[in-house]
Amino acid sequence: MNDSVITVAMPKGRIFGDACRLLRNAGFELPDTFETTRKLILNLENLPFRFILAKPVDVPTYVEYGAADIGIAGKDVLLESGRDVYEMVDLGISKCHMAVAGLPDHGSNHPYFKIATKYPNIASDFYRRRGEQVDLIALNGSIELAPIVGLADAIVDIVSTGQTLRANGLVEYDRLMDISSRLIVNPVSYRLKKTMIDEIVEKLIRATEGTKVGMD
Amino acid sequence: MTQPYMFEKPLGLRDTLPDAQREIARLESVLQQELSRWGYDFIQTPALEYAETIGRASAIEDSELFKFLDAEGHPVVLRPDMTTPIARIAASSLRQKPLPMRLAYTAALYRSQRKEGGHPSEFEQAGAELIGDATPYADVEVISLMISMLDKAGLDSIRVAVGHVGFVNAFLYDIVKDKETVRKLRYLLYNKNDVGFREFVASLHLPARSTEQLNTFIDSRRLDNGETLDCLERLARESATPVHSYYHNIVELVHLLKIDHLDGKIDLDMTLVPHLSYYTGFVFQGFGGGLGFEVASGGRYDDLLAQFNRPCPATGFGIRLDRLISAVRKDSRIPEQGKKAVLYDRENAAKAMQFAMHERENGCRVVLQHIDGMDNEEAFINQFDSVIKFLNEEGTEIER
Repeated sequence: MNDSVITVAMPKGRIFGDACRLLRNAGFELPDTFETTRKLILNLENLPFRFILAKPVDVPTYVEYGAADIGIAGKDVLLESGRDVYEMVDLGISKCHMAVAGLPDHGSNHPYFKIATKYPNIASDFYRRRGEQVDLIALNGSIELAPIVGLADAIVDIVSTGQTLRANGLVEYDRLMDISSRLIVNPVSYRLKKTMIDEIVEKLIRATEGTKVGMD
Repeated sequence: MTQPYMFEKPLGLRDTLPDAQREIARLESVLQQELSRWGYDFIQTPALEYAETIGRASAIEDSELFKFLDAEGHPVVLRPDMTTPIARIAASSLRQKPLPMRLAYTAALYRSQRKEGGHPSEFEQAGAELIGDATPYADVEVISLMISMLDKAGLDSIRVAVGHVGFVNAFLYDIVKDKETVRKLRYLLYNKNDVGFREFVASLHLPARSTEQLNTFIDSRRLDNGETLDCLERLARESATPVHSYYHNIVELVHLLKIDHLDGKIDLDMTLVPHLSYYTGFVFQGFGGGLGFEVASGGRYDDLLAQFNRPCPATGFGIRLDRLISAVRKDSRIPEQGKKAVLYDRENAAKAMQFAMHERENGCRVVLQHIDGMDNEEAFINQFDSVIKFLNEEGTEIER
């Protein structure tokens, strides 16, 4: 942890573009090559920022252990990992929702209801709250396959436009929660670099309000 | 459960090898010396306690307790904290001792962890408890002592976040008037979930003024101490009496910290809500060095002693040695004191033993080793700063 530099953990992939746009709107002059580079660590010239590009599910880990001071992470990832970090700002980007989905004819082929998901903790919490007993099957991607090939009766996954569901003949049964990206902060970094981090928080709140107005 | 591997240890437990142990011993002795200089007396309590007494009062979640049955079938726990056993002692064996009393400890604590690296199930903690003093002067003393200990241990850029659970509870209850809602809001604060706090506040459909007050409260963390105090003053002005008196306590504490020249290290944060539920007043966490986790935490627990039939205010803190060791300046570590090897054979045994004893009395670290007992002489003597041999018939000493 360097005292005068803020390390920002950025999520590669789907939300990276949205996150970069937001940072630029907030006044961070990111280089043009930012989105195309293959480097995993990027320093900004003349600015006390260092960006690390991590897999989205790992962003809260880097931040919890203090390897990054702040990070941008989806609410889905935060809920699933339950890390001890400050969730300071709803950035309002990469919006989607968590849903239960399956084939239109709801008949279960299994003696117990089976759920395939990338989010076993979220799914388990959801069904435990409802007092329903389900069997969870953890998968890492292409979750939509599971009901089609008979691996599971339904899936718990994030849905943004619903296109993937429709393309695979699945329908939404239940909506669990809305998801968007959040600014997260390591609790110790927050104490030791308060002035710098508060400044970033202010800028991002302003930029976020800007996008909200723009979208209405 | 599968069969454990030969060298495997139970989940979350670890061995401490000589290099790390030397550093732990150094930290322990620095911390103990400082505690002793401040007039705190050391005590020890058993590692095992009854689940119905200490286990319940300690407020550590059941899933984190190491719980099993003793030989008589009573449920027992490995002590998950030291504050509760000390409260029991203060209420029983030390009942006659005049108050306030100042007690200290270094002890291993046990909390079952399901997380990955960096969260051991057994860890050393050094701490202090000031029992029987309800004034903010006692709160300042323990905060000041904690900072002094961290500083003496070699921790850089020390910061202490200070909150007040009593203020939080009274303030939230005054606005939402419902214990369950207060509990939910407090849980969101404990989870450091600002976004969730705002969303939950919005979902309550309170009068606009109340919503604004709650949002002002959560934002007060982002201000400097002076501004935070102004903010709390405005919030307290519109609240009921208990909030006022807590506010005045906070003002007094900030004033005292200033007198003690500690205000520069303090981050006043009313949104700070730690997990231990026995806290009633000021709470604080110590940070520093290059570590991502807090190294120390503490607070006021005025209701805990009442659980042992001796109602009495108290405050204290604990410093986690496992975290301190990775957070302190590397140059504050002491290098290992070199060792001498004395090698000897049967004929020179008496001479060698006498020599070794003499050197030890002069403060040297001396290993006395018979040559027949060594497997690989070269590898063995490489570990030493110098080697003295009492070997041939003349018994000459050869310094390396």
